[in-house]
Amino acid sequence: MSIVKPVNQRAWWLVLPVLVSVAFSAVIPLMTVVNYSVQDILGPNQSVFVGMEWYKEVLRDHELHGALVRQLTFSGAVLLIELPLGVALALAMPTSGWRASLTLVVFAMPLLVPWNVVGTIWQIFARGDIGLLGYALTQLGIDYNYSQHPADAWLTVLIMDVWHWTSLVALLAYAGLRAIPHTYYQAAGIDGASRWAVFRYIQLPKLRSVFMIAVLLRFMDSFMIYTEPFVLTGGGPGTATTFLSQYLTQKAVGQFDLGPAAAFSLVYFLIILLACFVLYNFMKEVGTGDVQ
Amino acid sequence: MARIQLVDVAHSYDARAGAAIRSGATPSWALEPVTMSWDDGGAYALLGPSGCGKTTLLNIISGLVRPSRGSVLFDDHAVTALPPEARNIAQVFQFPIVYETMTLFDNLAFPLRNRGWRAAEIRKRVHEIAGILELDADLGRRAHGLSAEIKQRISLGRGLVRPDVAAVLLDEPLTVIDPQVKWLLRRKLKQIHQQLGLSLIYVTHDQTEALTFADRVVVMTHGEIAQIGTPDELFETPAHQFVGHFIGSPGMNFLECEWHAGTARVGGVALESSSTTAPGTHQSLSMGIRPEYVQVRQAHGANCLPARVLSVRDEGIRAMVELEIAGHSIWARLRAGPRLPAIGTAFAHFPVERCALYADGRRVA
Repeated sequence: MSIVKPVNQRAWWLVLPVLVSVAFSAVIPLMTVVNYSVQDILGPNQSVFVGMEWYKEVLRDHELHGALVRQLTFSGAVLLIELPLGVALALAMPTSGWRASLTLVVFAMPLLVPWNVVGTIWQIFARGDIGLLGYALTQLGIDYNYSQHPADAWLTVLIMDVWHWTSLVALLAYAGLRAIPHTYYQAAGIDGASRWAVFRYIQLPKLRSVFMIAVLLRFMDSFMIYTEPFVLTGGGPGTATTFLSQYLTQKAVGQFDLGPAAAFSLVYFLIILLACFVLYNFMKEVGTGDVQ
Repeated sequence: MARIQLVDVAHSYDARAGAAIRSGATPSWALEPVTMSWDDGGAYALLGPSGCGKTTLLNIISGLVRPSRGSVLFDDHAVTALPPEARNIAQVFQFPIVYETMTLFDNLAFPLRNRGWRAAEIRKRVHEIAGILELDADLGRRAHGLSAEIKQRISLGRGLVRPDVAAVLLDEPLTVIDPQVKWLLRRKLKQIHQQLGLSLIYVTHDQTEALTFADRVVVMTHGEIAQIGTPDELFETPAHQFVGHFIGSPGMNFLECEWHAGTARVGGVALESSSTTAPGTHQSLSMGIRPEYVQVRQAHGANCLPARVLSVRDEGIRAMVELEIAGHSIWARLRAGPRLPAIGTAFAHFPVERCALYADGRRVA
């Protein structure tokens, strides 16, 4: 009998369907974009290889820098508001009985509203002449107009995102909290822990993985925000709410600059990938090492 | 430290139990009414199979469960309505509870800090406890990514760190520990009890654990306390058939018998026992004897029953012999050696002082 384990490579065929579907859904489209990004497309069937030219242009583009700064500020603000708020809501949610079911349903509602509908709702809601919010603010003497003042527009988009997505964080945190065995609270009670200590030493550490998912989801989603500002402000006034996706669409669809748009897409993609990688590794390590 | 008393304590998990008690009906008890006391500084074990109510009883003492009926007294003060944190007890749970973001030191210091101890005193006490539990080398380490055994030692440490507790309650604390380490930790616990003089109440379903750990063992079954006694008493004079079965391996032998003309008879043969009072009529009777005390003989004699040897299993120092008597099969645990009985007919000798009569499951005096 041979001591060598028999080798059978035919099992590789089993991965073929996945390979084919991934190739058609992701790899080939991505490669097309890579191809566009190194060509100057002058017209149908007419293109010139330009190498890294578009990438250099994109990285030097001041408008893009502005959009990136706005985008980072926006995503940062989204995370800073939605995560603490979501956790606070989850802590306040009832844990059993019909109230718990009702709260879950109510919290799930905003998640069911399509993006463009959210934009439309807020567009009307925030209007100074007929919108409930806009009218109320105007009557209170606050000079609020999201289509005129950049700060108002930016804040409205932010509040809209908070309204739309905080419940996702709350639901994730709620699920995480429910997964903590009751014994932990009993033990903490016997140890004489305060409410804050229970949160700090039991709930928060146990929410770590849920937190990680929430941060990544909310970061990626907010970093790619497009529809809501498109519907609400169209990226204006000026460039106040022109985030990266708006800018990209203006380039690719509006101006039909396929080369720069493709280069920009790839840079955009790499930024998200890099940010998620850093966030993931940071959160995986924080609070676990021996170093404090 | 305190004497803990339970006065007519009973509990039902049924939500309608309260209404049932008020209307005078008897709900289905998870813990049948019990009155008993736990001495200060004692090492107790609560022993019984799963679902016998031992954890319920423990949680009533700790305050995690409020009994449906009766009252709990610590040193004659009623604490029935108080939550665990107001009762001055410590409890260690089945699965280790560790604050992972804290260091080992902070874990052990946590109960003391929450009670406003001074830093110097905390350091002294934590180092003392850590020394006993052999955790002192790792006190600066974060309590993250540790083995179940170390985590449970930390949990134990948090339970033992307060010197003024009325009792330390342990709810099957060694379940998650590997067998070899279990033995070490069990000895450690016994040592700690002697060193610190805390009252310990230890819940377990493992008789070895209970018998090696405790001075007094409380055996429970079906929500009732079957017997409270020293390990020796439980072995020698089980008050209840259940205790006879549950303690010992194999458990006590029971042979059905009838009462006739002032003596118990098994298969028509009269058998004397240590029980001297006559049982009540219409009770189901059985004769109980530990396998360790059954003797197998070739000749008939006093207090002997005709038997058939069914099998002999040599286990080294001891041998297990299966006997058939009047249609029942019982075990005898004999000294191994050349004089073991052969398969076939024989006589089983029941020493008078070693067997006892059980009427409806209870030992007859």
